[in-house]
Amino acid sequence: MKTHQYEAIVVGAGGAGLMAALYASKGGAKVAVVSKLYPTRSHTGTAQGGIGAALGNLEEDNPLWHAFDTVKGGDYLADQNAAKVLAENAVDAVIELEHMGLPFDRTPDGRISQRRFGGHTSNFGEKPVRRACHAADRTGHMILQTLYQQCIKNNVTFFDEYHVVDVIMNQGACVGVIAVALGTGEIHVFHSKAVLFATGGWGRIWNVTSNAHSLTGDGAAVAYRRGVPMQDMEFYQFHPTGIYKLGILITEGVRGEGGVLINGRGERFMEKYAPRIKDLASRDVVSRAIYLEIRDGNGVKGKDYVYLDVTPNTVNRYLAEAGETRRITAEDVEKKLPDILDFCRVYLGVDPVKEPMPIQPTAHYAMGGIPTNIDAEVTLDAAGTVLPGMYAAGEVACVSVHGANRLGTNSLVDLVVFGRRGGMAMAEYVKNADYVPLPANPEREVEAELERIRHSAGKTRPGELRQTMQKVMMDGVGVFREEKGIRYALDCVRDLRERFHNDLLIDDRGHKFNTDLMEAWELGALLELAESTAVSALNRTESRGAHAREDYQQRDDENWLVHTLCYRPEGGIGEVTLGDPALNTDKRVDMSLAAVDERFAPKVRAY
Amino acid sequence: MEVTFRIRRFNPEVQGKNKPYWQTFTVTDVDETDRVLELLHRIKWEQDGTLTLRRACAHGICGSDAMRINGKNALACKVLARDVGNKIQVEPILGLPVLKDLVVDMEPFFAHYRQVMPYFVNDTPLPADGRERLQSQEDREKFDDTTKCILCAACTTSCPSFWANGDYVGPAAIVQAHRFVFDSRDQALEERLDVLAEPNGVWRCRTIYNCTPACPRGISVTRAIGEVKLAIQRNTRDGIILNPPEHGDNVPG
Repeated sequence: MKTHQYEAIVVGAGGAGLMAALYASKGGAKVAVVSKLYPTRSHTGTAQGGIGAALGNLEEDNPLWHAFDTVKGGDYLADQNAAKVLAENAVDAVIELEHMGLPFDRTPDGRISQRRFGGHTSNFGEKPVRRACHAADRTGHMILQTLYQQCIKNNVTFFDEYHVVDVIMNQGACVGVIAVALGTGEIHVFHSKAVLFATGGWGRIWNVTSNAHSLTGDGAAVAYRRGVPMQDMEFYQFHPTGIYKLGILITEGVRGEGGVLINGRGERFMEKYAPRIKDLASRDVVSRAIYLEIRDGNGVKGKDYVYLDVTPNTVNRYLAEAGETRRITAEDVEKKLPDILDFCRVYLGVDPVKEPMPIQPTAHYAMGGIPTNIDAEVTLDAAGTVLPGMYAAGEVACVSVHGANRLGTNSLVDLVVFGRRGGMAMAEYVKNADYVPLPANPEREVEAELERIRHSAGKTRPGELRQTMQKVMMDGVGVFREEKGIRYALDCVRDLRERFHNDLLIDDRGHKFNTDLMEAWELGALLELAESTAVSALNRTESRGAHAREDYQQRDDENWLVHTLCYRPEGGIGEVTLGDPALNTDKRVDMSLAAVDERFAPKVRAY
Repeated sequence: MEVTFRIRRFNPEVQGKNKPYWQTFTVTDVDETDRVLELLHRIKWEQDGTLTLRRACAHGICGSDAMRINGKNALACKVLARDVGNKIQVEPILGLPVLKDLVVDMEPFFAHYRQVMPYFVNDTPLPADGRERLQSQEDREKFDDTTKCILCAACTTSCPSFWANGDYVGPAAIVQAHRFVFDSRDQALEERLDVLAEPNGVWRCRTIYNCTPACPRGISVTRAIGEVKLAIQRNTRDGIILNPPEHGDNVPG
């Protein structure tokens, strides 16, 4: 075992983690980034379409409109103080990224180019606005690269391929983390004054997902096991346009450029569901529309997919119909969406310039997660009590800025805005805080759990358990939910947790790069988050944003303008906990914008 | 269809497996559109959990799963069964120390990356209006191709010059440098070109051209290296890139 000491530890090296590390180190803190992947492998790199900021480079825009879209897109569950911070800080953050060298596409006058994106409008929902700042269809890649480059320039310390498996608490504070050095299998203890979790989401709970294999919710599960609640776990976004069967994302930017959704009858069906902004409605709205079309037998060839059509013929026909003068050419599509074309050509043998793309909704983004305030400090209860020394930012965190449904581009905004705020907050905190001592043998419990898994000699491989979980969660806790299905999924997940403890089969008993072991450990994390998701979904007896209950189809503002806090039952980190996680729904949504501006008060959400 | 895999294996911890050897696996019910990565996962998840490889995004963006597939460098997630047929040989990329099975030590690769100052430098005052620095669409276009690099190492580990001399910074590092050398906003041109003009910089490139077809992102790697060579010779970035490569000029695979 080795012990390290840094004032601030950042766990995860995606956009939020790198942003936090950069700003904490610029603020004078001694920082190390601990990540199970090489930083450039992080999932931020796959974000395609853009980062929203009201720069107004191509038409009038205003951060308040961005905040409004965020609140409305989130079906009024977003905390309005956080939405305001997000929209206002977005402008500075994007300009700062440009100053760091990020190669945004340019307007003819040399400014950052912007495109339309789902749910982003001008003047409080009037019409779509060009707000998404983009670098072709690899905006996330450019953000990740730029931030990593700047971390190198600023000599940030990295522990690459160190997998964090536990967080250390002592005297009521967070004092460090435990990691496995993947190359050697050795346990490392990181002692710190502050820890920021930026470990991303957990899309691998579901079987059709846009998420990397690495997105197993480690950071969230580790915190959950140590008493931090999970907030709003029932809100998980299914992105409408994943490549059929594969789940690989097709950016909303395709629709921003004029692409349309077409059902098996050749109809542009979004006209029925969102008469005003049609294909550019919020993601939850579009995903449900696709499911309903498929349910009504309007899938393509009677199957469970529809078409996304960006062929110039189709796009120009609808542009003409809408009275717009703009037209697109095959060259425009090639230039603006090169990666999308590449995915379709490689994986489907379909050329989107000539043919429509078969798509279906894909599990994409966790709105819920580790509760934080607007400075990325982790909070423990409905009153917002801060856990000293612990921070979270990016997808793993729930500020909550996305509420019940995240708008496209706002994930990138979230990670730069709150990663930066978290980094700055940590730098201030460590200036005045002393190191709280480590407890005795902090690694003992997780080491025992890893040894148990390493020597598991049951009959079921982790892959089999994982696939079963993914299927039951897709069926029971997917785009649509109802009590019976959720309960069935919950029972299955509990059974899987039992089998994970009693019947697991691990082939690799070694220490060096034991991915058999680490994948199994990740499965343990996924199973706990799946349980928390199902329990939270069962409890919320209304439909809001991404949480669509067939047995409670209406939004219920009377009773449900509250966040869900889900606490793990007592039990060791490696134990199958008994009984339901405890739920608390006393945390009310922040309505500070609505208090001064009636336009922010909850209304029927129509697009 | 049924696919036979021949996989190069190595496990430093197990007696009898601590020297590289070949192992054969058979995977049944393979769809021709299955990715090689999926099939490797099926081996790992259904037959032998000890099979070790890196992967993350599984669609060609994160750059984790570069390997030699039927003798060619590629990302396992971007090669479909139909591209390679029913006999698939998989080995680690060459020129970097093998740690276990398909996992190589990436540190020497990233060390070369860090050598070329892979970051934006501009210390002049920011625009007074608090806004972005301006750049024309033409200037932005000049380095577009090299911004696609995902640091997967497929190019560098396909390069005979790199195999012969591991101190050569290699194609990937030069591609990364190119992205800054030809960015009109960057101001460390001279310093960066000095690094690239050193004995283990661009001049180790013998224009063998392996790197370009190896790139899973379709970057015209050899061309980019040539442009950096020209910039060093002329001591300027101006007037070198007149027609940037169009997307699709260099189709991967």
